Amino acid sequence: MKDISRRDFLKLLGAGTAVTAATMVGCQNGGGDLDPKGTIQPQKGQMTYRTNPNTGDKVSLLGFGMMRLPVIEDEAPKGASGRETPAPIDQEMVNRLVDKAIEYGVNYFDTSPAYCQGRSEHSTGIALSRHKRDSYYLATKLSNFASGTWPRKESIAMFYNSLKELQTDYIDYMLLHSIGGGEDGMEMLRQRYYDNGILDFLLEQREKGVVRNLGFSYHGDIRIFDYLLSRHDEYKWDFVQIEMNYLDWHYANEINERNTDAEYLYEELTKRNIPVVIMEPLLGGRLANVPDHIVREMKEREPERSVASWSFRFCGTFPNVLTSLSGMTYMDHLDDNLATHCPLKPLTDKELNFLEDIAKKIYDLKNIPCTACQYCMPCPFGLDIPGIFSHYNKCIKEGNLAKSQDENDYKKMRRAFLIGYDRSVPKLRQADHCTHCGECVHHCPQRINIPETMQMVDEYVEKLKQGTL
Amino acid sequence: MHKKTLQRIRRVLAALFFLGITLMFLDFSGTLHKFLGWMAKAQFLPAVLALNFIVIAILLIITLLFGRIYCSVICPLGVFQDGVAHVHNWAKKSRYTYSKAHNILRYTMLGVLIVALIAGVNSLVALLAPYSAYGRIVQNLFSPVWQWINNGLATISEHFNSYAFYTKEVWMRSLPTFIIAAVTFVVVVILAWRNGRTYCNNICPVGTFLSFFSRFSWFKMHINEEKCVQCGLCTKNCKASCIDGKNGFVDYSRCVTCGNCMAVCPKEAIEYKHATAKPAPVETLRATSLQTDENDNETDNTETVDTSKRAFLVGSAVVLGTAAFAQEKKKVDGGLAAIKDKVIPERKTPIVPAGAGSLNRFRTRCTGCQLCVSQCPNDVLRPSTDLMHLMQPEMSYERGWCRPECTACSDVCPADAIAKITKEEKTSIAKGRAVWVPKNCIVTANGIPCGNCARHCPADAIEMVPLQGDETGKLLIPAINESKCIGCGACEYVCPARPASAIYIEGLEQQRLI
Repeated sequence: MKDISRRDFLKLLGAGTAVTAATMVGCQNGGGDLDPKGTIQPQKGQMTYRTNPNTGDKVSLLGFGMMRLPVIEDEAPKGASGRETPAPIDQEMVNRLVDKAIEYGVNYFDTSPAYCQGRSEHSTGIALSRHKRDSYYLATKLSNFASGTWPRKESIAMFYNSLKELQTDYIDYMLLHSIGGGEDGMEMLRQRYYDNGILDFLLEQREKGVVRNLGFSYHGDIRIFDYLLSRHDEYKWDFVQIEMNYLDWHYANEINERNTDAEYLYEELTKRNIPVVIMEPLLGGRLANVPDHIVREMKEREPERSVASWSFRFCGTFPNVLTSLSGMTYMDHLDDNLATHCPLKPLTDKELNFLEDIAKKIYDLKNIPCTACQYCMPCPFGLDIPGIFSHYNKCIKEGNLAKSQDENDYKKMRRAFLIGYDRSVPKLRQADHCTHCGECVHHCPQRINIPETMQMVDEYVEKLKQGTL
Repeated sequence: MHKKTLQRIRRVLAALFFLGITLMFLDFSGTLHKFLGWMAKAQFLPAVLALNFIVIAILLIITLLFGRIYCSVICPLGVFQDGVAHVHNWAKKSRYTYSKAHNILRYTMLGVLIVALIAGVNSLVALLAPYSAYGRIVQNLFSPVWQWINNGLATISEHFNSYAFYTKEVWMRSLPTFIIAAVTFVVVVILAWRNGRTYCNNICPVGTFLSFFSRFSWFKMHINEEKCVQCGLCTKNCKASCIDGKNGFVDYSRCVTCGNCMAVCPKEAIEYKHATAKPAPVETLRATSLQTDENDNETDNTETVDTSKRAFLVGSAVVLGTAAFAQEKKKVDGGLAAIKDKVIPERKTPIVPAGAGSLNRFRTRCTGCQLCVSQCPNDVLRPSTDLMHLMQPEMSYERGWCRPECTACSDVCPADAIAKITKEEKTSIAKGRAVWVPKNCIVTANGIPCGNCARHCPADAIEMVPLQGDETGKLLIPAINESKCIGCGACEYVCPARPASAIYIEGLEQQRLI
């Protein structure tokens, strides 16, 4: 297969997209149309689909990630999903979300035995079993992270438990979960999937049809990614799940030298004609939650589209992308994503350049690259790791991260940072309680050096408190 | 002078002092004491303990000039009682009667205070000091309400993304002190409700002491016998029960110059002016001891306190099991590990704030008013539960540590028990020293690398050194340089070992510069 770069692809796409400029309908004088809806609305039956070259599956470009399911509101902190809180999952809301997604053509649902503190598969099973099994594709993972689940028996039990929880006898898309992590990625891969023969077991299941597509999700050490692709002829990967968005495209490596730019990953997979499933298209919401000046720039270009839509349109612009997974907790998340994907309007060359600029600006904010995925949690010492990092990032976004006492608004910024810190994270779960035990480090898909970053936050807090910034 | 003028002036000044002192106790943000701190320093007993001769002299001169207006304007407990009695007055006017002074009782109380001061029974001093009694009431009873209201506002302001209010955790610092405050509150309210200033007449040693001077004050309430029709209204409205209207006698040792008698006199027969005292008429000298029963209740307070210090240290009795820390195994993503509450280590020597000088100096000066406790932003200070030093503050580090940028307690202390120090001085005063407990340390007990104590030591007094016998070379244990340690408690607070920290601060009897 020919190597398609972004530019080639755009040429290929050519005039088609340029013509799709929306024509204005409605009242010439403005204000006369009584229909309160904006002009960009999801259109039923207009979902953009991609075809899986191996099975011919027509997969919706928007995939439903079941990692951030809603919880019963009264029993949880504001804005928390089933990842962060043990509060009961709001099954009725999950059902409604799934129903509406399917109604608008979403047919890819991605879960894992580890998600939502182990409750995601069960909830997904309940919601989807109310629909015809051939009306959706089910993706789950063999999430044998804990060493207790490495023995063959335990891992296989985990696999069969997934079938049971999901109330099905086959999995459409099965993944080796989060390959490339751990202190020694290769060693970890060996222990989780080779030594216990689980990879062979999954290949057998594919033969038998219990697994229809086999792939892996990747974070971290690039050598593991390269290694698994080098054995593609043998394993015949049906798909690979990678982290991709306009920031990671060129900046993943600059943000953290231990990570690899998404461009490389995408090109390597495309070279081999392996379809790409995208995770973290919004970096855990960070790309939907950007500073005001970036919002302004985006709205100037697309006043009626959301900030989040830019990231999905970026992902969807690449033809080898099978689906972009979005962890939609609330109905408005779903509505917005449906509006973006029904149908998807690919980015123009100009818009891609614009996003390249935006990526640079976001990179320059020097956020902590945490996506609040909660893989690091629970911290054995009780720290709220994502809570601490989210607060830090929130202060950057809101302009409350003072650089020195001489700044005009220093007092206001200091107050916002410190009071907000206590509001977001209870005192005993704050950064000063990090013992540097390192338990979290190997779980972080973003490969953040969590203890060092904790110390950085803690030292910053101390400077604010002591007035020595 | 209009007959109500004195009463009005007194009320306005009393309200200002009372509100000022109350707000200073309630304000946990530490902004008000800059403006109002002098009101605490003007209190008599703290001034005596601080050897603040200027304040003492001013107060005595004021008393010699105007009588016991200290009691009806400056003393917050006195004004508080007036408030309570005033509420009762709405329902039932002119309800007081004259009674003879209970000299035995009041001189005994004064004697007890002096003996307690000399003998160093500090808890008794703290119990009797009127300003401190009021401070305890505000800190223990009013400030939780204040903070709950504040926390409600904080929730609202959080909702609107505003940082105008922040949440302050409400917690009981010491059960015995709370009980004492509650009992004092109930007793004082009942006494004031029934008979006005019974407490000030009979219990309060400051009032009794000032009475020696007020007898000879230059200005006094004077009954003009030519105008007086002996209607008795003045007697019925004297909350200090010190006017015998029938005989035209005023007991100046108890009169707090409130001006109520002047205000009610229909004939304007009472004047506030310079006059010589009239001796007490013989018939009023009959001994009546009607109120002593109530007074006994008050003195009983001291006995209600359990003598066993341990009873109040229930928490720390649970301490010191074996393994300090049980690591939770991660299986699925998300969730928060439970955090056990820390227990208070059994310190051989209590820790008192930098500026106290020595434990001894601190204890002979502190009146247990709780102003420093109410101002401590790090939840470090709390009243002692030790019987001899009950209500005097001491430090502990379960909820926070004594931060270098804060000198709040030394800024507010009216008795100079905590001398005024600067931030720079504070960081060089050692008030305690860290002690390592290997059996609790996660490095030695659980083999988990840590070093959080060393990372947070602001004095650079802890260095991590290799654990002998550890082959991995990863395990480092804290080496404490006692000569650098200031006892701030950062190490104890951030130590991950729970419920008992593996590193804790032992107090120093004599604070010193490092």
